[in-house]
Amino acid sequence: MGNDQDLSPDAGETFEATGVTIRLEAFEGPLDLLLHLIKREEIDIWNIPIAHITRQYLEYIQIMKDLNINLAAEWLMMASTLIYIKSRMLVPQEQKGESGDEEAEDPRHELVYQLLEHQKFKNAAEMLHTREEVEGAVWNKPPADALEDAGEIVDVSLFDLLRAFHEVVRRFEEQQILEVNQEEITVEQMIQDIRKRLFVHDAILFSALFAESRSKRRMIVTFLALLELVRLHEVRLRQKRTFEEIHILKTKETA
Amino acid sequence: MLAVMEAIIYVADEPVKPEQLQEVFPGETKESLERALRTTAEAFNERPGGMAIREVAGGFRMTTRPEYHEQIREYLKTRPNAKLSMASLETLAVVAYKQPVTLAEILAIRGKKSSSALHTLLEKNLVAIVGRKQVVGRPILYGTSREFLIHFGLNSLKDLPTLEEFAQLASEQL
Repeated sequence: MGNDQDLSPDAGETFEATGVTIRLEAFEGPLDLLLHLIKREEIDIWNIPIAHITRQYLEYIQIMKDLNINLAAEWLMMASTLIYIKSRMLVPQEQKGESGDEEAEDPRHELVYQLLEHQKFKNAAEMLHTREEVEGAVWNKPPADALEDAGEIVDVSLFDLLRAFHEVVRRFEEQQILEVNQEEITVEQMIQDIRKRLFVHDAILFSALFAESRSKRRMIVTFLALLELVRLHEVRLRQKRTFEEIHILKTKETA
Repeated sequence: MLAVMEAIIYVADEPVKPEQLQEVFPGETKESLERALRTTAEAFNERPGGMAIREVAGGFRMTTRPEYHEQIREYLKTRPNAKLSMASLETLAVVAYKQPVTLAEILAIRGKKSSSALHTLLEKNLVAIVGRKQVVGRPILYGTSREFLIHFGLNSLKDLPTLEEFAQLASEQL
């Protein structure tokens, strides 16, 4: 931990606990704490002693507060949920039978379901972790960036683009999809949309760009947005050979 | 044909899919090409050697065999890649099994904020934006990417164990 942290004006309050704070945010949430308590005390998940667990939970919250850990809202929400369940458990179930049910629903039910669900995904995460370990132990050739380096790359002309666009529209008409009224999106919004997609993917296929379009208007808006991005030098268009699929790539500046 | 396929798998940057070979072997169907690719892989993997052909993300790719990872690292002078944090993995598990899924739905399952974990996953291309949910506010829907399959050595999402298996495990653990 760098010394400079001591010097920053607002570090004082949480500095002592910084290490713990990071750990909490990265790994643990209220459900993790509850699962931890249940496992440690070998509690039957179907019969959680709510008063006991609530007390333990609140103790942990107090410890974390003492350590100056900035607790996210979900920790306090879980605390109030536990207290609520506890109070429901104390109320005699007088209204039993009113709704026709033999048994009123156990107030803990929802929480148990949530805990099981959480544990389920923790297990799934473990599985992914194991798979990742295995995959980390194999190598394949580093991608040679085929689109960049292959000699045959052709720059896409405006006419290629128009032809490709015409093809997309023609296919759309052929499929006779009913024109659904998608909300009126502006060219500006679409430009933002494409930027977002290029933030996630290095390259988009020209045809994929139109896959979501359910109206000709939207297709035209998409096309105009693409032209604008080309004009702004934010994207480059490439195809391996004339008449082949057009790839939309980020330019170096935006990458 | 099998020898050619082996060579193509070697030069390919991405897992080779049967339909990509139709230009090379005109007249073959996608099904027959897939069978041939699988035979190629099996024959290749029976031979002793440092490489293997594995089925990943719906295609076939040649990789080193995992048992040699230590020596390869020694040679390449690399250390194991930074692995995903447990928070990222949990978020990814939710996306993988519940996709297409919104941030709010992820929050509901994990019981804690997940936007930073999700951001990491988007940056690593493991998760992609797949659309918007047609409800009020039109929240963004997330799903796993092809890179996800490759990263975890999966052939398709069907290769993942079912959620029921994890539920079973969970009820045994608790």
